Order: sequence, then structure tokens, then C-alpha cells
Amino acid sequence: MTDHNVSEDEFQEELKLSFWYRYIFSVDHKTIAKQYLFLGLTMAVVGGFLAYLMRSQLAWPGKPVFGWPVNEGYIDSPHYNALVTMHGTIMVFFVAMPILIGAFGNFLIPLMIGAPDMAFPRLNMMSFWTMFLATLVMIASFFVPGGAASAGWTGYVPLSADPIYTGVNWGLNFWILGLALEFVSVLMGGVNFLTTAITMRAPGMTLFRLPLMIWMQLSAAILFMLSVGPTIAAAVLLLLDRIVGTGFYDPGQGGDPLLWQHLFWFFGHPEVYVILLPAFGILLEILPVFSRKPIFAYHIIIYSTIIAGFLSFFVWAHHMFVSGMDPRLSLPFSITTILISVPFAIIIFAMIITLWRGSLHFSTAMLFTLGTLTTFILGGVTGIFNGSPAVDIYIHDTYFVVAHFHYTLFPSSIFATFAGIYFWFPKMFGRMMDETLGKIHFWMSFIFFNLTFLPMFALGMGGHMRRIADLSRYDFLKPLQPTHQFITVAAIVMGIGQIPFIVNFFRSLFAGELAEYNPWRANTLEWVTISPPPHGNFETIPTVYHGPYDYSLPEIEEDWLPQNQPIEESLLSTLKGKV
Amino acid sequence: MLFDKWFPDNISTFGGEIDSTFYLIFYIVGFWFLLTEGAIIYFAFRYRRRKGYQASHLRGETLKQTAWILIPGLIVFLLDLGIDFAGGHAYNKVKFDKPPSDTKVQVMAKQFDWIYTYPGPDKEFGTEDDMKLEPGDKNHGLHVPINRVVTVILQSEDVIHSFFVPVLRLKQDIIPGREIPVWFEATKEGNYEIACAELCGFSHHTMRSILFVHSEDGYTKWEEKQRLADEAF
Amino acid sequence: MNRTSITMENHEILQGRTDIGKIGMWWFLASEVMTFGGFLAVYILYRLASRGAWAETASHVSVLIGSINTVVLLTSSLTMIKSAEAVDNENRNSVRNWLGLTVLLGILFLLIKATEYFIEINHGFTPLTNPFWSFYFALTGLHGLHVLVGIIVNLILFVMACRGTLWPNIQQRVEFAGLYWHFVDIVWIFLFPLLYFQY
Repeated sequence: MTDHNVSEDEFQEELKLSFWYRYIFSVDHKTIAKQYLFLGLTMAVVGGFLAYLMRSQLAWPGKPVFGWPVNEGYIDSPHYNALVTMHGTIMVFFVAMPILIGAFGNFLIPLMIGAPDMAFPRLNMMSFWTMFLATLVMIASFFVPGGAASAGWTGYVPLSADPIYTGVNWGLNFWILGLALEFVSVLMGGVNFLTTAITMRAPGMTLFRLPLMIWMQLSAAILFMLSVGPTIAAAVLLLLDRIVGTGFYDPGQGGDPLLWQHLFWFFGHPEVYVILLPAFGILLEILPVFSRKPIFAYHIIIYSTIIAGFLSFFVWAHHMFVSGMDPRLSLPFSITTILISVPFAIIIFAMIITLWRGSLHFSTAMLFTLGTLTTFILGGVTGIFNGSPAVDIYIHDTYFVVAHFHYTLFPSSIFATFAGIYFWFPKMFGRMMDETLGKIHFWMSFIFFNLTFLPMFALGMGGHMRRIADLSRYDFLKPLQPTHQFITVAAIVMGIGQIPFIVNFFRSLFAGELAEYNPWRANTLEWVTISPPPHGNFETIPTVYHGPYDYSLPEIEEDWLPQNQPIEESLLSTLKGKV
Repeated sequence: MLFDKWFPDNISTFGGEIDSTFYLIFYIVGFWFLLTEGAIIYFAFRYRRRKGYQASHLRGETLKQTAWILIPGLIVFLLDLGIDFAGGHAYNKVKFDKPPSDTKVQVMAKQFDWIYTYPGPDKEFGTEDDMKLEPGDKNHGLHVPINRVVTVILQSEDVIHSFFVPVLRLKQDIIPGREIPVWFEATKEGNYEIACAELCGFSHHTMRSILFVHSEDGYTKWEEKQRLADEAF
Repeated sequence: MNRTSITMENHEILQGRTDIGKIGMWWFLASEVMTFGGFLAVYILYRLASRGAWAETASHVSVLIGSINTVVLLTSSLTMIKSAEAVDNENRNSVRNWLGLTVLLGILFLLIKATEYFIEINHGFTPLTNPFWSFYFALTGLHGLHVLVGIIVNLILFVMACRGTLWPNIQQRVEFAGLYWHFVDIVWIFLFPLLYFQY
């Protein structure tokens, strides 16, 4: 909110902002979105590098790894554990969330609802800089004595509650602090999203005319806000145990190690949907545009999302079947876990049927969308194995779980991100990306992603445990060494396959073909304005006449109709006025 | 069966049910997997844009249309319930229907090894004939007789560990401050590996141990030898 | 220079829309409810599991001091309400006075709390003594931090009220600060019986 009335003249004066206010401390949601995007993509490189280091050690245990700066390249097991921990933490909290929520959410929400900016622009700016600070704290944790946190991204106690168990002191404290700052950043972002979507929609933009991306972002924001509290409490207790010496998690002092797990997973499970829903939002926007038909069952998708969001608060202990908690809890939690698979299955079915009788154009954005969908389906069905307590006894904490969550998290946080970037790059930067490089990028990523993670199911079925720095200690794992080598090579090639994207991204940024305002002939409001949109987004706030997915309307020559263009009377009656 | 060469041998009485639950799930989700992926691939090919072909404006808002996703949704639900039932049976066997057992062993996990305490022939802990196997001892590991129900009482000295014996399909996290009992009945003689399956610190990957499954005679002989060795100290 | 980049239209949309600030504050408070709620749930579960074993050590909290502090905090909520009322009645001096009183009462609360900590620690009850005292110090400490933030916010508003800069546009912020202050009060209403009463 402004502090005083601004006249037209003063306002124009304001726009001649210095470099600092235009790019660094900007309050324009589009600039903030780009800041989040660059931060997230940079951290993706960091997280990917950590994975490369881990995979090298696994494939060739005890051999020096190129790029590992200490110990003459030998990755010893304390460092390996730190790599595992920080890879997970960075990917979930400093890649997936800044990009899917910070970048796409910030960029699209005001544009898609027809608003000039977010409700709280300065709070928006603060949320980015808080995320930036959180990232610095996380990176700093690598360089303190004792190194970075090494108790897994799940940070189970007592391992993480007393420095004596890991040998890591300030690194873990920084880990907790960095996460706390990240939580604050996302909470600040969430309040903006909700307030803006509720109060600043353009005239005619009813709730059921909102693009599904908006519904997904709002659901994710609410899920996060309601679930993160207990984990903040848990983190406070952990910090007190570590620094003050209390015993909340120490059985010797009357504490309980399982407490951490309950509080962590209460948030941890909704968290994966906080990541998934915006990714679904990206898919749900791209599918209709490149099928030239409406998204199938718009209302049901919304209801399913709400039901799934509600249920997600009641499934958390399916991460704890083997934990030593009362086994009688396994039954109710496996039932809720069953239930939650239904709304997600329905959403997937709806996405698939959207393709039926469409006119499919396989742009890079569409390829990545379909790539996300196909790989996510495998991830989703393998979740059923984990959700059965009996089977989980065997596969818990094995590579089967690792494969499952990479087949869900990777498509949603990486492939969907790429789909979104290829789709909205013209709007964000006013230029087109190169489609040929894009297609090379897609196939290399898709093929080598599957070659990397598919074998991990087999490893898990063989009983291969997680977080094992050197498998050569176990006879039953030795035969699996060649599989590890195969996986590592595939992963490295997948990494190399990102080079076309990096080249494409930066070259297009400066020298790409100039983009018109609506290169994909899409209906949603962000395409109504020029590319990139100016401050204030729209010359005049548009009025909305119908839903976002009216493609291939009968009796209309064009196969698209932007939301700010009315539908003919005669056609309205055919559609029974349901627009 | 399909994945026999990927799964380790099963030498546990309840392992078979766990494996068959796995297979049940595999066939059911395999069906959905093939159906959905097949549909995507088929649609991608069949409906690729071609000259003169217009997409259909199908919203999926009528009951007739939404039935196409709601009915499969219902089938998913019912099949999942079936999976829960089948798995529940196997789970109950492991966790609730514990058969009576008079062969007990105490296992203490610590960073980064295992300590085994046997009650000796009198089958009581805390008596003179108890035997302790510590890291470095000869034949250090979990010694059990074949075809007898064994109860293992799991404890931890420090952090959370996990007692994992792949060939028994047995896994149980070990929480410090608690005693968690698990049971099994081994059906084949031999030596098998035990692993720690919960990250417990920088040497987590070295917490390997051995399960020795003896014949009845072999077990008695081992117990004798072990007692003598203990007494010698 | 006002360096917001909101367009004229955005500004028009937002002008006078107090519901925006309120939604924002409720959102924040909802997440705080989950945090304190989670924390309290943990405390309650632990205490129940102790089956009365904490009763002896817990009896050393001073119900007298706790009650006094409760009265102080409740009164400060009252003064906060009065200042919000004064905003509605456009009575600028009243706003300033009631805000000032709220700040003073908040500071009084913290001083009493600090004294209480001092006494308890001198009697040998520290966060490390046993689980009850760990929870006591952690819960009241976290609450105290929230009180401190509230005092600072109210202080800033008080200064703005003194200087007259609250008007003509942002006087509704008193109401939002009031929501936060009432929340802090409500958390105490839960903490007080859970920590100070005998079970």
C-alpha cells in the first residue's frame, strides 16, 4: 500500500528508477519472479553438482572425484552424508519452491487475474530477499568448521540433536536457520498470493473463471501455511536441544526421538503437494493450449485438489510405518494414504483425456509437459508399494523409495519447470527460445532421466539401503556395483544434456527472435498484454467474459478466444450459458 | 516369479506373504501404468495436428463425460482397498499375531556396530550363563536355530538405527530409550547379512553384521562353545 | 520519494481497502496458530504421558506472578481495543494515549516475566532441570519474543500517532496491530492454565 496519494506526474517520475530500485530492490512482481527464477536455477546447478559428487563416489568408491576440492578428491563418508543431506535440502527448499512458487506464482498470478501487481509489493520484495538470505546461510554452512549438515534432509533425532553424533556443529545450526528463513519467505509470499487473488481480480473474473494455475498456487500456499507451524515448533526444540542442551528429543532426559518424526512429517507430507500442485498448474495451462481444446473436467480438478489438500494432513505417518511407532497406527494411515491416491488419479485421468480428440502440437513446452506426465505416473504408482505397510517393511529406506520420490519430485520440480520456462519465456523476456535446441534438451533429459532412476527400483528390490557411502562393505550389494556405474554415467549424460538449455536460455535472452504478444494463441489474460508486460501489466484492466479454456468453440473460425473477448449470444445459448 | 533374480532369497516364514503383496501391487499398478501410458502414447500419435482436423470442444462438465474419469477413480479406490486388505493380512502376521517364542536375543545397536546378548541355556537374561558377543569377537553376529521362532529385542545406545535382514524381509527401526521386539522364523541354514537401514552417522555404511542360521544340533554345539569361550574370560 | 511501482489503477483498487491488510494479518496469524498449537500439543502430550510425575516440580511456578501477568496482558488488550475504537471515532489524542498505555503494559509484562525467570533460576530451576522446565522456558520464551515484537510494532504506531503521520491514510494499521496483539494475548490465555495450574 502506498503512504500517500500519488498524482499522475509523480508516478511517472517514480518510474525513472535507479538501477538498484529497478532490478535489485524492485517491487514489480515480474522482476521479483525473475529474481526467484535465477536464484532457483543457480541452486539447481549446485544441487545437481552435489548429486554428481555422490554418484561418482557410489560408482567408483574410494576413487578421487573430479571437482571435489578437498582431501585430494577423495569423498569420505562424513562428507558423503553431508552431500546427501544438502542435495535433498537444496533441491526441495531452494530449487523447487523458489521456482515453482516464487517464480511462476509471482509472475503469473497478477497477470492471469488481470491485476497490475501484487497486493503487497514491498512485502513481495522482502520475501525474495529473505529467500536469498536463507540461501546464503545454507551455502555458508558448507564452509563452517565441521562442515554442512549431514543428518539427511529429514534431520532425524537424536542424530541431529547432539553435535557429538555427527561431528557437525554450526553447519547443522545454519541448516535449521536457513530452513526457518526459507519458511518465512514462503509464508510472506503466500499472504500476497491469497490476498491478491481474493481482492484484485479483474471485473468478470469469477472464481470459476480463474485459470487452474491460480487455483493450484492458492491451494499450495494454504497447504504450506497450515502445515509448516508444527515443524517450526520442532525446529525450535531442535535448536534448543543443540545449543542450550535441553532434552526434548533425548530419551536420557525424558524426551522422545519419535516426536521429531511426527512433527517433521506432519509438514513434510503436505510439503510435497506444495511442490506438486504448482507443477500441475503448469501442466494444466500448457495442455489446453497445445491441444487446442479445453482442459477436461475443470470443476472436478478443482474439487479433487481441495479434497487432496485436506487429506494430505492425515497421511503423514506413512513415512513412519517402520519407525517404532505403535503398529496400530499403520492401518488408519494406510487407509488415508489409499484415499489420497484417488483425487490425484482423477486429475491425471483428466489431463490424459484432455488429449483425446485434440489437435496436438508438440512444441518443446508440450514435450516437457507430456514428459512430466508420463514420468510422474510411474512415480505415482510406485507410491502404492510404499503405502502398503507390509511391503514397506522391506522397501523402506532402500533405493526403491529413492526411485519413487525422484520419479515424482524430479518431473514436478524440474521437467514442469522446463515446460513452464519454454512456454512463458516469450512473455517474461519478450523473446522466443529456440525450438530445436529445446527438443534436443527434452530428449536428452527425458531419456537419461529414465536411465538414471529406473534401475534404482531394482536396487531397492535387492535390498540396497539408502544413504550408504560405500556399498563395497556388503557382499549382497557387491553385484550391484555395475548398476551404480550405469546410473552414474546416465546421470552425467543427463547433466550434459542441460547444456543446450543453458545455451538456449542465455542466447535467447539477448538475441532471441522478438516475441509478439501471444505467440501460442492462448486464452489466458497474461497473453493479452505485450511481451514483456510493462509496469502495471495492462494499459487498461481487461474485463473477463468467460473461462480460460474456450478453445475450438463451435461456430467460431479461430480455434481460440481470449478471456477478455465476449462470446456471441447465439453461441452462449448453445453452451447453456455455462461460461 | 517375475523378479526372483532381483529379490534376495527368502528364508523367512512371513517373507512369502510380503513378497506376494509386492507382486499383487505390481500387477494392479502395472495395469494402470500400461493403461495410462498407453493412452498417452496412442493419443499423442492419433491426435497429432494435421491439416483440416479441428479439435473438439469437450469440457468434461456433464455427468456422461466426467464418468470417464470418475468411474476409473472409483476403480482405483476399490483396487487400492483390496491391496490394503491383502497387505494388512501380511502386516498383522508380522506385527500382531506374534507366535510364542522362547528363543530370545538382545541386540544393542550403537555407532557403529552391534552387540548381541544371549540368555544361555537357562533362557533368562541377567543370569550367570548369559553370553555376550561384541564387535571383534569370533563369530560375532546373530546366531539362531533353524525352524524356531526367535524374538529379537532391539535397543540402541545412542541414535536411531535400523535392524534390517533382507533374506528375512525383516526391518525395524531402533529407537534409543525403548526396547522393541521383533520375531522371525528362519527356514534355511546358512550365513546371511544384516544391515543398518537408518542413517546413523558417518560410519553408517559399515554397520554390517551376520545372521548365522544353524541346524538344531549346530545351534546347541555353538551355544556350548560360546559359553565355554565366555567362561574362559 | 515514494518508490513503489504500483500503477495508478492498482492504487485506486487498493485505496481504502482495509480488507487487504486484514486478510494478510489473518493469514499470518493462522500460521502462528499452527506453530503455537503444535508446540502446545507436544507439551500436553508429554505432560499426559508423564502421568502426574511432573506435578511436584511444576508446583514451583508462581501462580501469583502468573495471575498478575495475565491481568497485565488482558488489560493491555483492553487498551488496544480502546485505541482502535478511538481510530473509528477519529479521536487522535485518544489513539495516541491508548497506544502508549498498551506499550507500557506490554513492557510491564516482560519485566515481570524477566523477574520471574530470575527468581526461578535462582531457585535452581533452569531449562535444563527437567522436561517440564524445558517446556516452561521454551514456551514462555517464544511467547515473550512475540510480545516483544508486538511492543515494538505498537511503539512505532505510538510514535506515528504522536507525530500525526498515522493520518489520513494508514490509521487502520492500528486495527491490524490490534489483531496481532490479541493473538499474543490469546496464546497467553492458553499458556497460563497449561503451565501454571496443578495437574
